[in-house]
Amino acid sequence: MSEVRTITMEVLRYRPERDSDPVLQSYRVPCPQEWVVLDALDYIKNNIDSSLSYRWSCHMAVCGSCGMMVNGEPMLACKTFLREMGDTVRVEPLLNFPIERDLVVVIDDFLEKLKSLKPYIIRKTEKPVEEGTYLQTKAQLKRFKQYTLCINCLLCYAACPQYALNTDFIGPSALALAHRYNLDSRDEGYAMRQEMVASHEGVWECSFVGACSEVCPKHVDPASAVQQMKITSTKDYFLRLLGGKR
Amino acid sequence: MSRKPYIRPVPKTSWYRKHDRYKRYIIREVTCIFIGIYTAILSFGLLNLSEGQESFDLFMATLRTPGALVFHLFALAFAFYHSATWFNVTPQAMPLMKGDDFVSGSLIIRVHYAAWAAVSLVILFSVIVVGA
Repeated sequence: MSEVRTITMEVLRYRPERDSDPVLQSYRVPCPQEWVVLDALDYIKNNIDSSLSYRWSCHMAVCGSCGMMVNGEPMLACKTFLREMGDTVRVEPLLNFPIERDLVVVIDDFLEKLKSLKPYIIRKTEKPVEEGTYLQTKAQLKRFKQYTLCINCLLCYAACPQYALNTDFIGPSALALAHRYNLDSRDEGYAMRQEMVASHEGVWECSFVGACSEVCPKHVDPASAVQQMKITSTKDYFLRLLGGKR
Repeated sequence: MSRKPYIRPVPKTSWYRKHDRYKRYIIREVTCIFIGIYTAILSFGLLNLSEGQESFDLFMATLRTPGALVFHLFALAFAFYHSATWFNVTPQAMPLMKGDDFVSGSLIIRVHYAAWAAVSLVILFSVIVVGA
């Protein structure tokens, strides 16, 4: 049996009751072939330092809880294999969010923005239940399906330099989810979302760096959604100038 | 216990040095200054043209100076760069559906390159014919 490699995990720690600034703490952990960063954090918590705080839930890239900076790159801790990394791995809380404690960040800002974009199907009038469900063709589903895969892990916000410089920016995944509902043939809430989407803090704050789409673990491509919304917002603007109304 | 969230400072002028993808973005942003200046020169040329032959001849003579030639070589190189980077993201900005599926991104990019080549050929041909 081959010997298990040991690596150093450098974890940025912040304990608000005793630290004025975050500090790096190193731990030596074993690194079996099948381990991901989250396994190493669990090992630290269970065997070395039970005070370490981090969020996780599903351990299978579905819940979006364990987003963190791994060697400077926003990653899901449950999807990042240690065998692909060197002998020292640095783990920090997601960039661009305030640190609550250790690897846990405050995401209230995102949740408020998401809520304001009404990410659900809005109908002007609901049809009676007796008339059955709202049917969609394969093409109608395909139009928005990609954006339904977002797990709100916020890696895109950690990668976005525009959000880093101005946290008023609504940001990639919230806008991508607004686009998801705008594209849905069952939805009639476009105009209600547009006030936020087309505002200065909306799509126009994006300068198409494209980092959000590069780091997305679910290949959602928020940058694509934002550029498409810029085009529809521009069309709306000119339509209004010509006296029309979308 | 009261909360005390820690906000990490963001370096306002050096943030892009942290990652290659940000450096690529800054190169794209900075080089567009050349495209902007080229557009201003072109507009200035049109203004000179509207003011008569003498004025336009002076403008053309200025363009033949070594400094102007070097600037235009840079502007041309960056115009190619910006065309390529834009064409490469067109499938993201303008996805197209045909039937039940999306048109492949590489096809959208290839059509843009083909249109670019066609327009360039038409302009080149027009310049040669008008020049003759």
